Amino acid sequence: MDIGRRSFLSGGATRLGKRPRIMKHCTGSGRTAIIEGGRVVSASSRDATAGENATSDHAAGSFKGAIDCDVHPRVPDILALKRYMNDHWRETVEVRGIEGFESIAYPNNAPLTTRPDAMTGKVRADDDVGRMAKALLDPQQFSLAICNCLYAVQMIRDEHLASAFARAVNDWVRHEWLDRDPRLRASIVVPIQNIELAVDEVNRCAEDKRFVQVLLLALGEQPLGKSMFWPIYRAAEKHGLTIGIHAGSSYHHAVTGSGWPSYYLEDYAAQSLGFHAQVGSLVAEGVFVKFPKLKAVLIESGVTWLPPYLWRLAKFWRGVRLEVPWIDRPPMEIVRDHIRLTIQPFDAPDNADTVRRVLDQLPSEEMLLFASDFPHWQYDGNAMLPSGIDAALRRKILIDNPKAAYPRLAL
Amino acid sequence: MPLDVSPSPETKASNRLAVVDSDIHPAVKSLADLRPYVSNQWWEYANTYGFRRKHGSATVEPYPKSAPLACRRDAWPEEGGRPGSSLELMQKQYLDPAGVEMGLLGPLGPTGQGDLNLEFSVAMCRATNEWQRDAFTRRDKRLKAGIVVPYEDGAASAAEIERVGAMSDYGQVFCLTRSSEPLGNRRYWPIYEAAERYNLPVAFHVFGTSGHPVSGAGWPSYYIEEGSGHSTSCQTVVSSLVIEGVFEKFPKLKVVMVEGGFGWLPALAWRLDKLFERMRGEVPHLKRRPSEYIRDHVWVSTQPMEEPENRRHVLDVMEWIGWDRLLFASDYPHWDFDDPFRAFPAGVTPEQHRQICAVNGRAVYRF
Repeated sequence: MDIGRRSFLSGGATRLGKRPRIMKHCTGSGRTAIIEGGRVVSASSRDATAGENATSDHAAGSFKGAIDCDVHPRVPDILALKRYMNDHWRETVEVRGIEGFESIAYPNNAPLTTRPDAMTGKVRADDDVGRMAKALLDPQQFSLAICNCLYAVQMIRDEHLASAFARAVNDWVRHEWLDRDPRLRASIVVPIQNIELAVDEVNRCAEDKRFVQVLLLALGEQPLGKSMFWPIYRAAEKHGLTIGIHAGSSYHHAVTGSGWPSYYLEDYAAQSLGFHAQVGSLVAEGVFVKFPKLKAVLIESGVTWLPPYLWRLAKFWRGVRLEVPWIDRPPMEIVRDHIRLTIQPFDAPDNADTVRRVLDQLPSEEMLLFASDFPHWQYDGNAMLPSGIDAALRRKILIDNPKAAYPRLAL
Repeated sequence: MPLDVSPSPETKASNRLAVVDSDIHPAVKSLADLRPYVSNQWWEYANTYGFRRKHGSATVEPYPKSAPLACRRDAWPEEGGRPGSSLELMQKQYLDPAGVEMGLLGPLGPTGQGDLNLEFSVAMCRATNEWQRDAFTRRDKRLKAGIVVPYEDGAASAAEIERVGAMSDYGQVFCLTRSSEPLGNRRYWPIYEAAERYNLPVAFHVFGTSGHPVSGAGWPSYYIEEGSGHSTSCQTVVSSLVIEGVFEKFPKLKVVMVEGGFGWLPALAWRLDKLFERMRGEVPHLKRRPSEYIRDHVWVSTQPMEEPENRRHVLDVMEWIGWDRLLFASDYPHWDFDDPFRAFPAGVTPEQHRQICAVNGRAVYRF
């Protein structure tokens, strides 16, 4: 059957044998060109075009005015955080020789972690607000960008230490990023190890309207629907904060249901499995029954895994709903109303027809939020949106959907 | 219990479709069925210490199902015993009316798979394999036993395949998806080496007790989460087999993913391909893209059938996977049983239906 040959193999990326060699070339402007087979196809060259032609017509390929729902400021070193700790915790860091908490979720030099145009020699664009602006916000003319700091506070075992680091991270983001660029917003990092302390941190940060979201990880110690987490959701709903669930692990469990995989590639691939579990948990535990105004954004989830999982969840719900009687409508509807997803990475072939078919599987067009995931290397050049998205949907993804998902962006 | 097992008019037709079923669950009436195949030492052990698995529960499953033993309520034999324990009822209720040409057995329950005591696991798996032959495959030639292997011990598993793999009573190697380490790990490679040598597909059936929560996100509360999560366990298996290089090492190996549905496979392949493009430097042992290994080595069974509101969506997914890579499975006698003539969405052509229900299975399993 040759119809079987039109499988997920077709329409994908370049064949292995013909894969062009990709080289990084640092330009004088601090940007990086990507050169494939001698032809410049870089973000730089396309950015320049996009900037000149920027119009309100997003079909033209411009990202002017877009709201980037996932950029990653990187804490450069422990010194940056020590400035935001009190004497006790500064002394703790010194006396105990704490060099900082970075997890294996994003190895600094892994290709996925840092796109070529986020580096100028050894200088990174993600640990300084000015360099991030020059590399991303200025050329793309985004209107707003939400900072999700992935410093591994969730990995810490000591809840008090975690709390001190969460406070320091949030204050670092506020002073070093939000105060220095009016386009920036941020998520609140919380010490999830202790729910009371986490709620305290949400309440503390919420006074600053530039914090628009509470940041949680896809792989934590317990599924996020469980009632132990509800005080966080109560506080978030009260403050008009969205819940953001980002790829990453506390590494308090193995990343897969069958233990620890050998390769980083598998670790990252397994993040989407955690997102499956979080959707199942949020729905089954009745979080959105209890908090009807709450929205949860799945950040850096891969997107295309969701519809098949929802078919399965819906089928199980029909079969075993006696177990969760508080769920009085199909999971698909609950997810449509309460769950959102950022669009990078988008796990599909670079094929407009396939992308359209996948998008058609999503419960609604309101669910996708624009994100560059800078500096993670999810797409080449300027291909921040998958092909096959028409102008109307493009406008929703870039602007309308993010605004609807984050009430605080209007403040 | 009154049962209506009379064949419907359509299944009486002489030119009806022959069915290859990749997932039928035989059961013991009670543990005593296995006594003839277990040494005195292990029988005494079983009765003294019992089955001890990595979920800590001595009796029931930690996530109670929505039906006793997760079985169809009409599948309990009148003479007693568990659903799946009566060959006669299985024949009358399913094999005959459905026109099953070949049915692959996958025993669950007290098989010893995943037991904490590896020697006990070895002994019980062997007993289960002997019992399948006497109770089912010798009495009904349409049925082929799954070689139940103590998969946490690769060498012992290979020895068990070696022991029975040449016999025509056995049609597949039977593993569970939730192993203690990802199944591409080298400790499991002896299983694949032996399976490849005997041209036996390796079935990875959902469930198992890995000691880990169903995903890295922690222990869920409800069976709806655990059950829906089986598709993530399948993804863990396929990712691991591909990325750890199992298909490079064993180029003739055939793998069948059972009872996890199939909707998850295209998105996983796309995800792995993208990550491979970025980070092939980490996995230089891979010579091809992940989706290519999947395309050549992985089959998925159709049960439980994916049922999106828009049937076009499931047809798209089937096309992306490849019509030649889907295998029909009934999961008889479980509660989410799929009927080979009623489970498929409108829009699957008769030719595609025949391919999934019969043609593909004949190519995968030893006929």
